[in-house]
Amino acid sequence: MSPIIKPEREKFTLPGKYLLFILTIICCILMVLTFTTDIFNKPLNYAVGYVIVPYQKGISAIGSYLSDKKDSLVNVYDLINENQELRNRIAELEDENTKLIQDKYELNSLKELYELDMEYESYEKVGARVIYKDAGNWFSTFIIDKGYKDGIAPDMNVICGNGLVGRISVVGPNWSRITSIISDNSNVSATILKSQDNIIVMGNLEMIKDGAIPFSQLKDEDNKVNVGDKIVTSSISDKYLPGILIGYVSSVTDDPNNLTKSGTLLPAVDFEHIDNVLIITQQKQFVSDEELEEGLNKLNYSDEAINEAENEEQKDD
Amino acid sequence: MKRFIITVISIITLFVLQGTLFREFDFGDTVPNLLLIFTVSIGLMRGDKAGMLVGFFGGLLLDIFSGQTIGLYALILMYIGYLNGGFSMIFFPEDVKLPMIMILVSDFIYGFCVYVILFLLRGRTDFSFYFKKIILPECIYTIVITIMLYPLILFVHKKLKKDELRKAHKFVS
Repeated sequence: MSPIIKPEREKFTLPGKYLLFILTIICCILMVLTFTTDIFNKPLNYAVGYVIVPYQKGISAIGSYLSDKKDSLVNVYDLINENQELRNRIAELEDENTKLIQDKYELNSLKELYELDMEYESYEKVGARVIYKDAGNWFSTFIIDKGYKDGIAPDMNVICGNGLVGRISVVGPNWSRITSIISDNSNVSATILKSQDNIIVMGNLEMIKDGAIPFSQLKDEDNKVNVGDKIVTSSISDKYLPGILIGYVSSVTDDPNNLTKSGTLLPAVDFEHIDNVLIITQQKQFVSDEELEEGLNKLNYSDEAINEAENEEQKDD
Repeated sequence: MKRFIITVISIITLFVLQGTLFREFDFGDTVPNLLLIFTVSIGLMRGDKAGMLVGFFGGLLLDIFSGQTIGLYALILMYIGYLNGGFSMIFFPEDVKLPMIMILVSDFIYGFCVYVILFLLRGRTDFSFYFKKIILPECIYTIVITIMLYPLILFVHKKLKKDELRKAHKFVS
């Protein structure tokens, strides 16, 4: 025992009310800062990326394993019957397959001959795995296991299978977030492939519960657009590359103004079961305002030069 | 210290579970709000300050990974934690009714706040739709999960409290 007895010091504690006040102000500052700048993105994303992403990967793997198990248990009786049927089918199909393979070789050689370019084969892509889906029930976002270390940048387009999923909205070192086109705060400028009419596809929580995405601003005076027409991203979009399939028209109705039409489309991607996605690393060419102004100025100069030249010519006359 | 580490691990685990494991077992596209269950429970068990801090950091994680603006979910969950801390006076560990009711009410308030801030302000006025399709299913699913999760949180809380009491006794005697 030490002979010196320390006097009991009164421990300093911050009352709850003040702490609440301080944290409220911090939250408000954070919100204002995220609206106006993006200074938080780097450090926060970095810190969080190293703690949580490995964890997410692990649990996500367990989750998909368990859900596979669940599905298999539910279906085991159906599967036994189905198995018998399918065995018979295999015999038939194998026969058919040999014929088709021959056709395929022929087709491939013909394709090469005609240098047929598949729809998006010209874009460079990177594959990634979905490790986390939106934790709330309000928006539709995904977290994937690739970040700026793998060359991912914001606004890159994401596809799955042959349809558009969305675009990268936030990037961390080893993770990034996809905002999907069905998310309530997403708008995509699109084109109806057949008639080349431009439309706006807007994500909407109310509609997606029925599996559809609404679109609007369709100017279709000749009623050329039918149910089942392909909708692709338009060339005037500033975030999305042109010609990526979004979905198919499922309904068209006249707007009350009788000038435009709106309707719904069925997405080409099954948003319920997204496990692997492809990120197109090529980005839409972006023209900043300054560049645009510069270009316009140049044009103006050349206009002036032409005018001067014309004036001189007139003088000569 | 022990308590602090366990709390941090719990927040991260629940957050991760919410978007991975429970996404695989979502009924009607709904996931339970695990972070809210934890925030409310801690608020009731340990008072306003603990509830507030748990809500703040849990919400911050939500913001970074799936929020539109950093600080919004943190703000909502923080207030929920703080308000529930006010009820810690009438909280008894044996009574399950109070936490159940508080979690239900809190989840409804949470859903309502998110609707007003992120949807109503953008002109989505059909409240009954969002209530029926999003808020209510979430509340129900959350309550069902609470029945399983709450005893676990209570168990850990009791164990930690016992440890702390024992340590305090040691110093006294």
